[in-house]
Amino acid sequence: MKLVIPALCAAATIWAADPPMVVQNAEILTVTKGKVKGLMVVENGKIKEIGEKVMVPPGAKVVDASGQYILPGIIDSHSHIAADSINEGSISVSSMVRIEDVLNPDDVSIYRALAGGTTMANVLHGSANAIGGQNSLIKLRWGKKADELIFDKAVPSIKFALGENPKRQGNPSGRGVGAANVNLRYPATRMGIEDVYVEAFTRAKEYRKSWQDYEAKKAKGEAAIPPRRDLQLEPLVEVLEGKRLVHVHAYRGDEMLMMIRVAEQIGFKVTSFEHVLEGFKVAKEMAKHGAAGAGFSDWWAFKIEAYDAIPYNMAIMTRKGVLASVNSDSADTIRRLNTEAAKTMKYGGLTEEEALKLVTINPAIHLKVDQYVGSLEPGKDADFVIWDKHPLSSYARAQQVYIDGVKYFDRDQDATQRVQQQAKRKGLLEKQRAEQRRQAPTAGAPQRRPQ
Amino acid sequence: MRIHRRSVLGMLSASALARGQSRPALLIRNARVVPVSGAVLAKGSVLIEDGLIAEVGENIAAPPGANVIEAEGLTVYPGLIDCLSNVGMPEPSASPAGRGPLTPGAAPPPVSRGPEDRPLTTPWLKAADTLRATDRRIGTARSAGFTSAVVFPTSGIFAGQGAVINLAGETAGRMIVDPAVGLYTTLATNRGGGFPAALMGTIAYIRQVYIDAEHYQLAQRIYKENPSLARPAYDRALEGILDARVTLFPAVGAREIDRMLRLTKELKIKPALYGLHEGFRRVEELRASGAGLLVNLRWPEAPRDQDPEDQEDLKVLELRDQAPATPGLLAKAGAKFAFSTAGIDRPADIMRAVKKAIDAGLPQADAVRAMTLGAAEIFGVSQRLGSIERGKIANLTVTKGELFADGSRVQYVIIDGTKFDPLPEENPAARPEATR
Repeated sequence: MKLVIPALCAAATIWAADPPMVVQNAEILTVTKGKVKGLMVVENGKIKEIGEKVMVPPGAKVVDASGQYILPGIIDSHSHIAADSINEGSISVSSMVRIEDVLNPDDVSIYRALAGGTTMANVLHGSANAIGGQNSLIKLRWGKKADELIFDKAVPSIKFALGENPKRQGNPSGRGVGAANVNLRYPATRMGIEDVYVEAFTRAKEYRKSWQDYEAKKAKGEAAIPPRRDLQLEPLVEVLEGKRLVHVHAYRGDEMLMMIRVAEQIGFKVTSFEHVLEGFKVAKEMAKHGAAGAGFSDWWAFKIEAYDAIPYNMAIMTRKGVLASVNSDSADTIRRLNTEAAKTMKYGGLTEEEALKLVTINPAIHLKVDQYVGSLEPGKDADFVIWDKHPLSSYARAQQVYIDGVKYFDRDQDATQRVQQQAKRKGLLEKQRAEQRRQAPTAGAPQRRPQ
Repeated sequence: MRIHRRSVLGMLSASALARGQSRPALLIRNARVVPVSGAVLAKGSVLIEDGLIAEVGENIAAPPGANVIEAEGLTVYPGLIDCLSNVGMPEPSASPAGRGPLTPGAAPPPVSRGPEDRPLTTPWLKAADTLRATDRRIGTARSAGFTSAVVFPTSGIFAGQGAVINLAGETAGRMIVDPAVGLYTTLATNRGGGFPAALMGTIAYIRQVYIDAEHYQLAQRIYKENPSLARPAYDRALEGILDARVTLFPAVGAREIDRMLRLTKELKIKPALYGLHEGFRRVEELRASGAGLLVNLRWPEAPRDQDPEDQEDLKVLELRDQAPATPGLLAKAGAKFAFSTAGIDRPADIMRAVKKAIDAGLPQADAVRAMTLGAAEIFGVSQRLGSIERGKIANLTVTKGELFADGSRVQYVIIDGTKFDPLPEENPAARPEATR
């Protein structure tokens, strides 16, 4: 029996990382080192060289990109695609759950995001609880297994959430408050959310101390039972030790100030505020704390806490020294983050390069992976996109998308695959119908009806 | 009109077995014998003494006083084993395990607030303790050629321990071949609210339970050596989790297979995966994993009365098309596997599903192996069941025509040395489906 390889995976296998590859005649938007009209050499999945004139390695595969643009792969720092579950909303501190455990490499959103020039996504736990689960930073290697999506250089991170969602008392089933069988969970107010952080980190500190006490006893040769490993508190200890990034879902300025105050009291750093609609009000305080602002360009008013918003938010935060980035939180917007970034030029007057940074190097910096991705520089991962027009134009389309030097999307290839897939679908449906007919009760003599 | 014979007992009295009396030997002579563990005997005999196989060979003389069955033209197989069956098991209760009965007016059960509340966790439950010898389905399964079944409690995340049972015996206790062959898990979520409410919560919970179970053992050991230490708490949820001979995890799709292989490797558990419909995409991984493989025979089908406008995912269509090819591909790769019959109620449908796998490329001999020795190996009873060898339990399935061949039928089965004839066939016209 012949194994059927899904047609869409084929792209991943046809273009192997070797031999070296050269993209020529393109306008290369490096994001961090200006524009270069010339060549980019890729070898072993990394960018080897960029320049107007560079040595082309012998035997290199040449991709001609005349009249086209090369941009680093877009990084979406806030996504919920490619996972079989998003919220463990039953409890207010669900730090033991991991998106990594439930990654779904079959989610077609991955492929659609690739087609929009996105190569990396931070798949976050949802915002149902004050302390959510562990996130997973993935590269959109469509066609690979779940484990092969995970970016191995990622810094561990966790999701926190403020405001309306976590105070909804937990509705794991998604039903509203007052619905039958509601899971009445603490807290029900914003001040309760603050308390959840204080209590959880107090427990985490006690937990850390219990291990320190045990190690001390062991060192002295005393008999002792080691503490139980607590998967809920371990990630919080990592937060305290600066080993785990904290991405905080927040809309309102007052809540962000609360979070900064609580974090500074407890002794950890907020990596980023997500959504951050009122970031323009507290940008100074964010910059002082060192929290990044990662949100939407112009999407708001979908609930009460999300009303006081302006499209100048990204520009104001940038000018006030906040590391800003634009993200999607959506399987739809992830396909056109380049356009989302472009809006900040109209609203707030960011430069071309500043706008591009919002969806490339800035998220890479706050995710602490900027030494590997986020710009086109020698030594970095060869995650890049060939656009037919300038990527900040509404008319731009991603033509080819590469991750680690391997092509995962090709617009021409896509057209061919669609035809192949339609044919395959038709064949399978016909076979299925034939099988159904074969199994259906045979039409014998007409059934007698009651007279 | 077919003659209905009501008697299910053959020439030997089962009550004699119960009284512990020695029974006359039984010789099945001149049959085609398929031992599964060795070469087929075109004209072979099987001698049964005291419920065990005493000898297998081409020329066996009948001992004095032995009953002799002339089986010319018949084929003798090891007794078929029905894995993950619900035969003999009580109907699953309406309330999820571990949450108590939901009687009207009673206070709702406490909501689980985390792993410490041990939600949906009942590893102390044993299928062996709930087995009902009077279940009518036992006779139906026998008639289809099954002599043993592997049954588990199936409700909850850590549902409970399974048993290998023989499908005959005067009491439940006599039917048990092995009362603790493994632990059954599901990836259930807590539907009543409370932890875990999502798949990743369930996986995180499983991870914590194994960590806790190891810590529990360690704490008990250190305490035993140092009784002056603070006493660790007893936790029945952790007793025995690590001792399970094999632990069953669900994995139907390819990514679920990846997920469960990854989890069980991380936790150093010896797993058996059940489901495996998309195993055709993970043949090599499954073979190399060393996990027990239980391919579910309830092949995926298009939903009835489907909206013709539905654009189903190509992967779904491929899954439906190729799931039955999974056993054949596993066999070809040299992976050992068995079938799970969970979700199939009628034994005749089990055979039909196996035939579908054979049509999709599974060699018949491998199908027989999956239903006999393959099953016995996964559950650690292959020293006693699964093949026709001296010293094994005398469970045999005797057919006219080869198993799975068109027109073949089960003539009788032997269980613990006792012969059982099939029940009279159902009158097909009486089945409501047939009149639709």
